Amino acid sequence: MVPALVGGYGAFPAPLGLPVVVGAALFGVGIVLGTGCGFGTGRYAGAAAPDLALQVSSETVSGVYQMNRRDLLASIGAVALAGGPATAADEPWLSPLLPDGTRAEARFSRLPGKKPLIQLTDRPPNFETPIEAFRTAITPNDRFFVRYHLANIPSTDALKGWRLTVGGDAAEREVALSHADLDALPQVEVTAVCQCAGNRRGLFSPHVPGVQWGYGAMGCATWRGPRLKDVLAKAGVTPGALEVWLDGQDGPVLPQTPDFRKSLPMAKALEERVIIATAMNGSPLPHLNGFPARIVVPGWTATYWMKHVTAIEVSSKPLDNYWIHKSYRVPAGMFAVDLPFLTQNDEAAWPVTEIVVNSLVAYPIEGMRLPEAGFTVQGVAWDRGHGIRRADVSLDGGKTWQQAILGDDFGPFAFRAFSFKTGKLPLGPLIVSSRATSNAGETQAETLRSNPAGYHNNVPQQIAVTVA
Amino acid sequence: MFRVLLASLLLSAPAFAADAPPPMRPGPGLGVFLGKCGICHTYAYIRMNSTFLPPNGWLAEVTKMRKAYGAPVSDEDAAQILQYLESQYGVSAKP
Repeated sequence: MVPALVGGYGAFPAPLGLPVVVGAALFGVGIVLGTGCGFGTGRYAGAAAPDLALQVSSETVSGVYQMNRRDLLASIGAVALAGGPATAADEPWLSPLLPDGTRAEARFSRLPGKKPLIQLTDRPPNFETPIEAFRTAITPNDRFFVRYHLANIPSTDALKGWRLTVGGDAAEREVALSHADLDALPQVEVTAVCQCAGNRRGLFSPHVPGVQWGYGAMGCATWRGPRLKDVLAKAGVTPGALEVWLDGQDGPVLPQTPDFRKSLPMAKALEERVIIATAMNGSPLPHLNGFPARIVVPGWTATYWMKHVTAIEVSSKPLDNYWIHKSYRVPAGMFAVDLPFLTQNDEAAWPVTEIVVNSLVAYPIEGMRLPEAGFTVQGVAWDRGHGIRRADVSLDGGKTWQQAILGDDFGPFAFRAFSFKTGKLPLGPLIVSSRATSNAGETQAETLRSNPAGYHNNVPQQIAVTVA
Repeated sequence: MFRVLLASLLLSAPAFAADAPPPMRPGPGLGVFLGKCGICHTYAYIRMNSTFLPPNGWLAEVTKMRKAYGAPVSDEDAAQILQYLESQYGVSAKP
């Protein structure tokens, strides 16, 4: 569905308390220019006269609250945790492996309803979660990453009359469901990792084009809502059903751009833990995480977790569009899957579906100076739904490994926190890494499994710190 | 007029400017690039994807935008955009 151009991302209210006079003034320029070329209709400024003023308006009209990096680091405690100014990297929250252009571009900014996130692009918004938020198994809603392909995003006002249509050529009937209709169905809770397939793309070597994500295009939340299969039953699934097609209320700026739609194989769509979430960590979904309802596909990459979902079709045919045939594909057989997406696999490539086993060191971060008495390595491990058997930590760049202690178990699709106390350390440089092993015996790749679109990077980190 | 206003704002606020996204580099083709590519997305996509793409890399991106995303860019405009991206944000432009 191509949505009506009502209240897009550009229609956000200005954030409170723009702290810098010139920030407010530039924001004003954006609005002035935007008024003449579509601002307020849901489109950004951008189609009009190509001049430098327009260029700046496009970058600042989003209502993003730009923070000074030092203030931000102080506010999140990074400077204090580092025990002083970082010395090894001027931007310790950005991996040194990112492209130079990404390191110059990334900044902490605040979207409405969110704490500061790492902004990579503002239109459409692509914001990642800072690493320090991953010391616990649950990622707070106000730190959860934001990712959109296309810039026409419905405002909260535009979502007020939200309805979900369920039908399709392999359904018995078409029904329109309200939020209350979803609430009236049996409610299921599942704690699951939502991770962009391209998380860590920016760390590929050689680099590949795309959003240059660092480590934070992921989060783990407890999602709540009805099972997708119970919603499908409202429309009635016929024996000819092959796939479930998903569409959300967000869409492209131009009508000729393919709307973002995805599909699931029937076997996946009917699983007990695939739900239509209306709540996340006990609250309504944040606007930019899919309010009022999104599909949750535990164990699968976030590209299937359709946000602002408005239309579900039970189809007798494979979905045929750019987003499933051309993008979000990996070389056939490169990554193990339990449930092949047979209606979308071809000889050369498969859709990128199941998450790969992975882990993240959330503390320490690059460039920290740490005490001789030792410190506690903290992080999370996760996989595609087998659950985490163990996590190991290395202090010598991966030559030797020691077993970490696992935290609470929130289920096989969730982050599993881990910690490891180093004990007393020799002075000098250390390289900190972590490595997860799943209950299926899978562990992280030793070297990057390169693929053209930059998916599934699960090579252990190499975090350079100094004991001093 | 906006340019004058903008210039005065930037000059009067070095602290903010240092923390703002870097501007697009000047060069032949900048005008066409700004007018066409800014219709659908921020220019940050280009800066973020630098500096590592070989010439055929930017060609692939421009082609994808035209063929897959339906960007309203003529052959002539595409050539100018490509020249701009390659010269300013291609691997040969690496600082």
